[in-house]
Amino acid sequence: MSILGYNGGAMVAMKGDKCVSIAADKRFGIQAQTITCDFKKVFDMGPRLYVGLPGLATDVQTVMEKLRFRKNLYELKENRTMTPEVFGAMLSSMLYEKRFGPFFVEPVIAGLHPTTHEPFICNMDLIGCINQPDDFVVGGTASAQLYGMCEALWEPNLGPEDLFETTAQALINAFDRDAISGWGATVYIIEKDKVTVRDIKTRMD
Amino acid sequence: MSLSMEGIRPHYPDYSNAPMQRHFSPYADNGGSVVAIAGDDFVVIGADTRLSAGFSIYTRDQNKLFPLSKTTVLGCAGCWCDTLTLTRILTSRMQMYQQEHNKTMSTVACAQMLSTMLYYKRFFPYYISNVLVGLDNEGKGCVYSYDPIGHCEKATYKAGGSAGALLQPLLDNQIGLKNMEIIGDSKLTIEKATNIIKDVFISAAERDIYTGDSVIINIITKEGIKDDKFELRKD
Repeated sequence: MSILGYNGGAMVAMKGDKCVSIAADKRFGIQAQTITCDFKKVFDMGPRLYVGLPGLATDVQTVMEKLRFRKNLYELKENRTMTPEVFGAMLSSMLYEKRFGPFFVEPVIAGLHPTTHEPFICNMDLIGCINQPDDFVVGGTASAQLYGMCEALWEPNLGPEDLFETTAQALINAFDRDAISGWGATVYIIEKDKVTVRDIKTRMD
Repeated sequence: MSLSMEGIRPHYPDYSNAPMQRHFSPYADNGGSVVAIAGDDFVVIGADTRLSAGFSIYTRDQNKLFPLSKTTVLGCAGCWCDTLTLTRILTSRMQMYQQEHNKTMSTVACAQMLSTMLYYKRFFPYYISNVLVGLDNEGKGCVYSYDPIGHCEKATYKAGGSAGALLQPLLDNQIGLKNMEIIGDSKLTIEKATNIIKDVFISAAERDIYTGDSVIINIITKEGIKDDKFELRKD
């Protein structure tokens, strides 16, 4: 298996009505051996901006730190908050800089525009090719399972509560069929004036 | 300065003593997906009708369901030439059983025979995802799924073939009612099973290029096998 699947992990982000969700599993393992069940893969990059980094765990943390650094520098220089679009473009060019020796992460971004509160989701491959659909994006070793689940469960204009249920069911049922994802899940529901974080109990095998 | 050719001698195979290597790739992946759901007194099986290889489509109208008896149907996805060979041998074995014992082979016996036939070719396998469905000796619906070398598992629902990974978690959720807290005691009906099969194939056709065109569904009850067909996206 490729380096992208060395540590395992599953991730999904969905668009709803004036809200977005992003969810990930909590497993950190080395191939088939599970090390911890509280590994963080989704990071807040602003009050309404989240990035999920499935892939090689060491690169997950390196990319997260580089992103936080570049985003903070931008916000100090420009004296304005970074929009999800700009954040995506920044991450994309950061990954493409390493075109021939890439970071082994397939990022997923979810957020609301800081002023218009327009929902935004996107994902990209390990060298920064952006995909920006208007329904859902997936990533990680359970991506095939997630595509099947999301394609059937997602519908347009879901409210925050329905979006949570849809995202959680899609993720959990998908990673239950993947041997190297699972062991707990975290779901973030991002709305205009609040972000709800729910840790979900799942089967631990 | 031109690229140096010093030290590199041309190679003439006719004047070489080095052993010659020849290649033969006996397998093709022709795609396709099979989904089966069993109920108390029925079983429903569906397979898409696209036959493809790589980025080209051979036909949009290929049936991949093979009725072996009045109560048994086999669904195949994978290497189409192996499917043809396997089903040809299977039907003749069914006929031999009929003539030797003067009765039709039961679904359960057929399931065991398929496993044995696949393992017989352990070191040159039939490259097929098989899903065998039928009614057992009590008239209950049953589903058997196989790996290419004959490992057999009995289940109540199964998705196999190129979109198996996309569809299996959805069946876990909708038929197996996994990760659901409030479960109504609604019994699985033929209509519900057929509708779920239609829904999952529509989802699979969105994301799997080897699944599409249309779906052929066989509904097996004690009355016999009923055919159904519906269209999928063709791109």
